[in-house]
Amino acid sequence: MGFFLETLLGGLMTGMLYALVALGFVLIFKASGVFNFAQGAMVLFAALAVARFSEWIPAWLGMEQGALSMALAILVGIVVMIAVAWLIERLALRYLVNQEPITLLMATLGIAYLLDGFGPMVFGSAVYSIDVGMPKDPSFILESVFDGGVLVSLEDVYSAGIAATLVAALTVFFQYTKTGRALRAVADDHQAAQSIGIPLARMWVIVWSVAGMVALVVGIIWGSKLGVQFSISLVALKALPVVILGGLTSLPGAIVGGLIIGVGEKLSEVYLGPMIGGGIETWFAYGLALCLLLVRPQGLFGEKIIDRV
Amino acid sequence: MFYRENGQFKTSYAADQQIFAVTQDRVAIIALLLIAFLVVPVVANNYVFQAILIPFLIMSLGALGLNILVGYCGQVSLGAGAFMAVGAYAAYNFQVRFDDMPLLLSLLGGGVIAMVFGMVFGLPSLRIRGLYLAVATLAAQFFMDWLTSRAAWVTNNSSSGSVSAGKLSMFGWQIDTPMEKYLLCLSFLCVLALAAKNLVRGNAGRQWMAIRDMDVAAAVIGIRPMYAKLSAFAVSSFIIGIAGALWAFVHLGAWEPAAFSLDRSLALLFMIIIGGLGSIVGSLFGAAFFVLLPIFLNQVPHWLGLPISTATATYLEHMIFGALIVFFLIVEPHGLARLWATTRQKLRVWPFPH
Repeated sequence: MGFFLETLLGGLMTGMLYALVALGFVLIFKASGVFNFAQGAMVLFAALAVARFSEWIPAWLGMEQGALSMALAILVGIVVMIAVAWLIERLALRYLVNQEPITLLMATLGIAYLLDGFGPMVFGSAVYSIDVGMPKDPSFILESVFDGGVLVSLEDVYSAGIAATLVAALTVFFQYTKTGRALRAVADDHQAAQSIGIPLARMWVIVWSVAGMVALVVGIIWGSKLGVQFSISLVALKALPVVILGGLTSLPGAIVGGLIIGVGEKLSEVYLGPMIGGGIETWFAYGLALCLLLVRPQGLFGEKIIDRV
Repeated sequence: MFYRENGQFKTSYAADQQIFAVTQDRVAIIALLLIAFLVVPVVANNYVFQAILIPFLIMSLGALGLNILVGYCGQVSLGAGAFMAVGAYAAYNFQVRFDDMPLLLSLLGGGVIAMVFGMVFGLPSLRIRGLYLAVATLAAQFFMDWLTSRAAWVTNNSSSGSVSAGKLSMFGWQIDTPMEKYLLCLSFLCVLALAAKNLVRGNAGRQWMAIRDMDVAAAVIGIRPMYAKLSAFAVSSFIIGIAGALWAFVHLGAWEPAAFSLDRSLALLFMIIIGGLGSIVGSLFGAAFFVLLPIFLNQVPHWLGLPISTATATYLEHMIFGALIVFFLIVEPHGLARLWATTRQKLRVWPFPH
């Protein structure tokens, strides 16, 4: 029982992180109808930027490496991601309005290549570390209930906490701010939004910036866990089934989907894996999402797809 | 000037419906085929065969197969690499498990197994559509990645996980030199391209296109979505499977599961989008673009005499490649095939604009 709970909790923590990446996808899809394949590349790029600037800034300013330099690095990272978002809108998206979804998907794939090449070229390609002062020690909880307690990594708990905060903040941003309302209007109907005076181009920059910042948070969390390296951009592939499971257009869907996939993945690996050879984590999430989509083609919380002829 | 249709009257339906209805096109294509079969094998050297022509031909075949599914039937698939892998490993298993299995039968068998696999993974397309389907097809990709690296029977219990095809021969013809391999691939491409062209302009192709344009409307006019979608998946995976088998047997010789990773799928998708969705010749253009561009990008620093380290060159290549994708999509979202069609139209009316 204790082991089961451990696996479950581990799954929930990972799921929270998947949910964060998925959130980046959903944000952009909602606001511009673009399925952003470059989200993974953005995570890598943001993580690289933060990791390198946290080394460079103390060297440039002659200060000690510490909380202040880290904060500065994160600030620079945010600026970099906003610049990236602005460039993407300015140089690519602007000219691709009203294209087929698959063409847009391909364009984001091109952007992903671009970022994957640009990031390592500017920031270097070694494995870097990000130290935001997260505790690395595991701890035991519920020792009175189970024999030996349940092993929980504090780092995971903190990351899950950060993720949850971010999700809450985004929800508030979308529901209660003027910009958030404008974004929802754009998501609903580009043309109608434009006709009441919402600047489409600026909204896209905003939403790509927000997605960039979400990528930054994911990059920092994963980077401090595993080190900043190319494999970080593969996290996005884990988030894809989350997105379709939850529904492409639903923020809560991304969260719930992330948790389901995170837990399902861990439990299946532990209990089902040994039976059929192990390593099934890579495709189990996709299988799960596929089965669910057979029942609900629009995902758990996606808008119902209505066909009109 | 020379591209005129004046005076070419069609007096029968057969003449009107042939693939190359304009005489000049017919002459050009026959000349092209003659050059490809007779002149190129004589003049090209081994490097050109191995680095350019063979990859180009096989990738054209793969792109052709994917184009049937994505371009003609509108079912976006990100799992083409998996179908290539099925073709390659199935052909390999036919080859090692049966004594004296003819090469041709192994390759075709690989295609047939890929076809079955494709139909199974095509079943969800009856319920799931659009981007949801695109992501769902990734299931095929990751499942195959897992199967080829984990299941020992797939690789015939090879300890390292990599397998090799051995000697190639067909009807007593030893296929050793790059030139012979080139001819083998070229023959496959010609036969399958002709078959595909005829399929897409016949009944099946029209059903696929109707489904692509609006599947509910297609169902209303009496097209069975299940039959149309699954047949598109079947034909497409068959061709992609053969391309995969050729890629493994002819181009690579010995290969590992990584040869058919997600990158391969995305590359194929890239080819058909740059080349032109829903166009047979577009698949060839896209494949040519995809094969030639990296070679070209590699050479440019040498020509300019710029000293660039290998790592920087790789990243630069990535960047330019990505930028070019975006650039081409902005300039011509309908692909190189549309540019080609525009050029032909301009030539027909030259020197007048209309």
